[in-house]
Amino acid sequence: MNQRLLLSGDEAIAHGAKAAGVRFAAAYPGTPSTEIMETFARFPGSHAQWSPNEKVAFEVGIGASLAGARTLVCMKHVGVNVAADPLMTFAYTGVKGGFVLVSADDPEMHSSQNEQDNRTWAKFAKIPMLEPSDSQECYDFTGLALDLSEQFDAPVLLRITTRIAHSLTPVEVREWTEVPVTGFTPDIPKYVMMPNWARPRHQAVLQRLEALRQYSETTPLNRIEWGDRQVGIVTSGISYQHAREALPGASIFKLGFSYPLPLEKLREFASQVERVIVVEELEPFIEEALKAHGIACEGKKYFPVYGELNPTLAARGLVQAGVRSEPVAETPAPVEVLPRPPVLCAGCGHRSIFYALRRMGAHVFGDIGCYTLSALPPLETVHACICMGASIGMAVGVSQTQGSKRPVFAVIGDSTFLHSGITGVLDAVYNQANVTIIILDNHITAMTGGQAHPATGMTLQGKPTKSVDFVALAKVLGADHVETIDPYDFNATWETLKASVARPGVNVLVTTRPCMLFPRKVKQEPYIIVAGDCNGCGVCLKIGCPAIARSGEVTDKNLAIPVIDTAACTGCRLCADICPQDCIILKSQPGRESEVKA
Amino acid sequence: MTLATENPAPRAAAAVLQLKSMNILIVGVGGQGVLLASAILSEVALLAGYDVKKSEVHGMSQRGGVVSSHVRLGTVVHSPVIPNGAADVILAFEKAEALRWVHELKAGGFLIVNDQKLVPPIAVDPKYVYPDDALELLQGRAERLRVLNAAAIARKLGNERLANTVLLGALSTGLDIDLDLWRQVISRRVPKGTAEANLKAFEAGRNQ
Ligand SMILES: Cc1ncc(C[n+]2csc(CCOP(=O)(O)OP(=O)(O)O)c2C)c(N)n1
Repeated sequence: MNQRLLLSGDEAIAHGAKAAGVRFAAAYPGTPSTEIMETFARFPGSHAQWSPNEKVAFEVGIGASLAGARTLVCMKHVGVNVAADPLMTFAYTGVKGGFVLVSADDPEMHSSQNEQDNRTWAKFAKIPMLEPSDSQECYDFTGLALDLSEQFDAPVLLRITTRIAHSLTPVEVREWTEVPVTGFTPDIPKYVMMPNWARPRHQAVLQRLEALRQYSETTPLNRIEWGDRQVGIVTSGISYQHAREALPGASIFKLGFSYPLPLEKLREFASQVERVIVVEELEPFIEEALKAHGIACEGKKYFPVYGELNPTLAARGLVQAGVRSEPVAETPAPVEVLPRPPVLCAGCGHRSIFYALRRMGAHVFGDIGCYTLSALPPLETVHACICMGASIGMAVGVSQTQGSKRPVFAVIGDSTFLHSGITGVLDAVYNQANVTIIILDNHITAMTGGQAHPATGMTLQGKPTKSVDFVALAKVLGADHVETIDPYDFNATWETLKASVARPGVNVLVTTRPCMLFPRKVKQEPYIIVAGDCNGCGVCLKIGCPAIARSGEVTDKNLAIPVIDTAACTGCRLCADICPQDCIILKSQPGRESEVKA
Repeated sequence: MTLATENPAPRAAAAVLQLKSMNILIVGVGGQGVLLASAILSEVALLAGYDVKKSEVHGMSQRGGVVSSHVRLGTVVHSPVIPNGAADVILAFEKAEALRWVHELKAGGFLIVNDQKLVPPIAVDPKYVYPDDALELLQGRAERLRVLNAAAIARKLGNERLANTVLLGALSTGLDIDLDLWRQVISRRVPKGTAEANLKAFEAGRNQ
């Protein structure tokens, strides 16, 4: 029976994949793609898994497809860079079971380090691309993409963006269909990409591209909504929705199948309207293709190549182009309100490491995760952050060139270390660098919402499994010195960090405290500040703990006395350890509670 | 996040009815329950026969950052994003956040502000000052302004955790949707055994 649900684009893709008989799904988490796999994992009868990184997720996906299973592989946009190596050549071999790669792009970089436009990957790999415009299309296009993958013997890119992935819109869902796994059949010239076999496969890819072009010309996924013929809008994905709203009467060419483009149909459309305006987010992907094929159009003249498009920017561009007569209403200037940046949680084990590194005056090469927030005030102790895994390589490069007079550290989270940090350690060991690598092991992938990874001892479904031992791993990789540190013991942490700076070779330090939020909230006995003993030095205000604020009270010397919110404090003890006055104590510590100001 | 409706008919009904379009912006601080509130509103609207789109950016919501959720209703909704300055209703879970977003309110719009103060950790640096006078600054910025202290109202009802349902009650006064649908969805969505208390909180939010 059909059911109508309000689903996010991510959830709709998972539902669509299940309904279309996907038997195998793999992903590495990354906003805004994570919920696809989390949703899919709840459906019985299919295999769903987290992989250590996107390249591996893609490769196990290839295996599943070659085994004849319908396969879904999901990642955020930068994940496709990691998976690019297998992608570019899987494009040659083709599939057996339908294979869909979901790329969730993040225009505006709400939760990302760049805003690359992954439509480019479809062109680069010469594979078909579908771009849904709402959750219903996410649902429908996923099934269609699997059919197309099998029909054209190609992996298919399903490209979404944050506003598709994380918007809830109504979806009509159908019953699930079972698609049997057909099994692997060896075919050496097709699946072994040595030069002699890869050359003919590239020819096959070019023929396939031609066939896809023909398909693109006729598929109803590329449709024209006729309206006023003075202007024809060409658009795809979320931009379609913004354009539709900003210029309701216009003729619109909506591209659902946006690579390869239906150039003849577009040429025909262009000939029937006075002006063609391309409304697209980020790169001029469609515009450049049209221009290269001699179809006159305008686009980026009126719309930014950066950031997220929205109905207001779409309307403004269309006014500027002279095709929308209704001016865009001016809104009052926003009121200046103090910022509210995200912060490390109270009790987060990352905090004391960065506090110590700051105190040491270290140069810190950071990585991607919650701990990147330590680049913000008041800690400001991440000095470079590029992509997942880069911390170790950067620190090694600095130390090999002796480009820093300060202690040099690489700091990397547990999930990130398993994703792409291990080879960095190998580089350091092999090339005999002098460097300290801190693995911030909070036993979870926290930044993206608490996903399991190969050192959590849990699968995606929360079932027990084997768990990587970071200390043993670092030792077999050849690190000269490996040690764990309890970040809640600040003095010991400080001594360990100092000792590692003095010790030549590759030092690997592994922290031991769990995340405060995942898999479950941690709350221990809180600390309090004995206001009468506080001299207002403000040290505890400089660790960026959200449980510590100014109380409003001041000392005789008019210095602010802080207060701890006992409901928020999780009892990590860092503030107590660093307080020079020793006036931060456990709430239950006898004798002094009466002296505490609220 | 999955919201189910038992009744598949609404889309057909909407096509005939020509429902009024509404843009509702719900804002607050990570952890306050903004996303659950907008989920409940969306489900109520879907049951009432609207086309609904709800959109938000929540990557940082659990780390105490700013959270905003757009809910758009109408016969047909295209963009999930409310155009600048086009919110018919803003529900702010926190008063500094009300100030941050008030410029998105349409002329003649309805602003509901929870009189709660959450000072961001960044304010330990005296450079950043929390706007204690937020409520005064909001005067005159909305044609209809309603300030309520949801926590205080909830406390009077015996449980501070009912505060978000109090706010939903206040929000319901800005929308022309059958109250039974609100009650139905709230009862289904709240923790077991708390439906009655939550319905009382909803009423309190409507009336106070
Ligand atoms: C290639 C790539 N994949 C995924 C992401 C999304 N992402 C950002 S941080 C992160 C993992 C963080 O986990 P961890 O290293 O354990 O640090 P934590 O947040 O737990 O402190 C992920 C998956 C990304 N930025 N780049």
